[in-house]
Amino acid sequence: MAGIPIKIRGLEKRFAANRVLRGVDLDIPAGKVTVLMGANGAGKSTLVKIICGLYEADAGEVFLNDEPFAPNTPSAALQAGIVTVHQNINDGVVPDLDVASNLMLDWLANPKSAPLLNPRRIRKSAEEIAAKLDLNFDMNSMVSDLTLADRQLVAIARAMAHSPKMMILDEPTSSLSAAEAERLFRLVEKLRESGVAILYISHRMSDIRRVADRIVSMRDGTIVGKYETAPLDYEGAVNDMLGHTMTDVNITVQAPGEKVLELTDVKLKPESQPINLTAHRNEVIAITGLVGVGKTQLSEVLFGQMAAAGGKVQLNGKPYAPNSARDAINQGVFLCAKDRGTNGVVQDFDINRNITLPFLSSLSSFGFVRRNAEYKITNAAIDKLGIVCQGANDEIGTLSGGNQQKVMVGRWLSHECDVLILDEPFQGVDIAARRDIGTKLRETAKDRATIVLVAELDEALEIADRILVMAEFTIVGEHKNEHVDVDLILEQVSGAAAAKDQQKQKEGAAR
Amino acid sequence: MSETRVNTKTMSLTDYAIRYGFVALLVGLVVYFSIAAEGFASPYSAVFIFQSVAITGILALGVTATLVVDGFDLSIGAVATSALMLSAYVMVVLEQSALVAVVACLLMGALVGLINGFLIVQMRVPDLLATLGMMFLLIGLQRIPTEGRSIATGMSLPDGSTAQGSFSPEFLALGRHRFDFFIDNLIPVSVVFLIVIAIGIWLFLEYTRYGRVMYAIGSNQRAASLAGVPVKKYKIIAYMISGVLASMGGILLAARLGRGDIASGNNLLLDSVAAALIGFAVLGAAKPNAFGTAIGALFVGILLQGLTMMNAPYYTQDFVKGGVLVVALMFTFALSNRR
Repeated sequence: MAGIPIKIRGLEKRFAANRVLRGVDLDIPAGKVTVLMGANGAGKSTLVKIICGLYEADAGEVFLNDEPFAPNTPSAALQAGIVTVHQNINDGVVPDLDVASNLMLDWLANPKSAPLLNPRRIRKSAEEIAAKLDLNFDMNSMVSDLTLADRQLVAIARAMAHSPKMMILDEPTSSLSAAEAERLFRLVEKLRESGVAILYISHRMSDIRRVADRIVSMRDGTIVGKYETAPLDYEGAVNDMLGHTMTDVNITVQAPGEKVLELTDVKLKPESQPINLTAHRNEVIAITGLVGVGKTQLSEVLFGQMAAAGGKVQLNGKPYAPNSARDAINQGVFLCAKDRGTNGVVQDFDINRNITLPFLSSLSSFGFVRRNAEYKITNAAIDKLGIVCQGANDEIGTLSGGNQQKVMVGRWLSHECDVLILDEPFQGVDIAARRDIGTKLRETAKDRATIVLVAELDEALEIADRILVMAEFTIVGEHKNEHVDVDLILEQVSGAAAAKDQQKQKEGAAR
Repeated sequence: MSETRVNTKTMSLTDYAIRYGFVALLVGLVVYFSIAAEGFASPYSAVFIFQSVAITGILALGVTATLVVDGFDLSIGAVATSALMLSAYVMVVLEQSALVAVVACLLMGALVGLINGFLIVQMRVPDLLATLGMMFLLIGLQRIPTEGRSIATGMSLPDGSTAQGSFSPEFLALGRHRFDFFIDNLIPVSVVFLIVIAIGIWLFLEYTRYGRVMYAIGSNQRAASLAGVPVKKYKIIAYMISGVLASMGGILLAARLGRGDIASGNNLLLDSVAAALIGFAVLGAAKPNAFGTAIGALFVGILLQGLTMMNAPYYTQDFVKGGVLVVALMFTFALSNRR
């Protein structure tokens, strides 16, 4: 079955001043797995949401079998034969119903269906749906008793009952184990054989190598690369997606000071390779790597949010194993978490209260907050980072994204620490604010070790003294930020250099 | 960088309505009743209003503490009536002093709060369900020692003897003594308690770091936790505050009634929750706050007192309260979400 069921032409979408899609042209052929790659904010999910009826495009068109197609609700898209399996597996199933009811959910929800339930017939139809995909489920078991992987298969099986023309899988393996992922891949292959056009969104290179027939890279709201002929050029695709247009920021690499933090054989997962890492004062380390390679888990270990699966950590020469954020902060390790909306900003608070939240005990006497002391700190942070606002009492929600991020960074710069970790500090931040934050981080780095976790190589290059590359939950490369071999970094990011690089990694560990 | 920010200097009409609408309504109400109802504008009437809302107000301040951490406490009414029965039991049956009775009640309130907090934080029971369960548990528990009867001096006990103890005068004074304030015997003790507790909770929530942190938990628990806040501890503390304040309400109720009346305090829960929710609308806070809660309680008191003095029948009271609550919630959510 050939043909191109989905054609996208000149698709545009903006949110306020932010142009998320800038004229996307894309064909998705039947019977092939098209992998869509792109960094955070590249516009992947916006594109998907337009195709599956959650957003309306500002300009441009989507054609379904050469007919213009603009679904205004997800169910309209579903009726037209476009099925989406979302990243969050539990969005696709009803946990408190059994498998049979889940598979028949669309029938149950259809107002035209018979009002009385015939459990035997429902079961039979459900079994037919499962049989089409060779899935063996106990129809009576509750979905809440299934593993995440099985729930996902239920969601996919249900979607397949519509005999779709196109299936969108949005990072489907992000919560699956390797064996579970393999089951999913076999299912994807089966769908491909039956002539469904598959759009597969993922960051995981191992997945992409496994299933991709063609790769499309997206960056800043446009398609920047298409790879269709075997063997696929994976590095080229990663390169397109990260788009290392050399930045005009000049870094003078600083001589590292005394050793502050030392990780010895730390394992993020029981089966992952150990990590060895040393951080010094007056040093900014950028750890780069694709989404989902363990950068955030590393920060969680260092900030007392999760225990390492092995190895030991030393802070200033003493064993360091924080059991909570409070504990980590008290020992001098700060984390500016990623996704400020969920993990950082307190929406009901003004700038002042957001900045001083972690430090209230040192800013109060007998429990009463000392207003003068707290405003002194806040005003200093506003000045230091150039936060655009009318004053310390502006509600945080009235600030732009970049300024909100400056408030978050300003919070953790307002007190001295031994180790400052910043997870994706440039997420959702415009270029000017990004430069401001980067400059300020480097200016203040003298007395602490600074570790910045970023997926985009550009960001690493414009802030770090030393760049470490992570893949598969371990560190696979180390580079001093002078005359960097960008191609080698990209190779390491995409995992191709894993074998070649063993030697280099050992040298890194010895350092 | 987009500089689209709300300019706080120029407020629109809606902003004014959100901010001062409820206070204006309150002032309007007072003026109206002062003119329409004879005797409304007198010190005695004012004191009566305060007295009528004192106990609900104290309970409502406790609910406010749990609302601040994005929780909810349905057990406060039952804690208050349990304290009522416990204080009567301690004095009348066990023949102990007023001090012992008060201490026992406060400890009971703190313990209930601790258990509520434990259920919610450690056992991960949803707050409404945990405190609903606790409510039933307490309503049942308070009836067991006396086999479901009210407690008064001379009542016969399950073992056949009669209760010899009595409410001590000091305890009764908590409910019946009035302080001189320009006029002799004007201000009841319960009103003093309300005012002191309201100011205390207000200071606690607005000016101490504990209150600040509690608001942070209520707004974004995850962010608060990553800022180093021991979220579980603070949530438990919030429920303990709620329990202790509810038991204080129960003590004052017992002192006013002078007997362990099993049927009292039925309306306490709904009235105090209503006061705390009405408080959201005061000064456009759109969040739980002590000042708003106190005003919310007063608002209901003034409305009911005024209507009573204008000969509105007693059975319309709940309807009026419901109306006020719905209007207040509309103020809070519909109007302030437009911002």
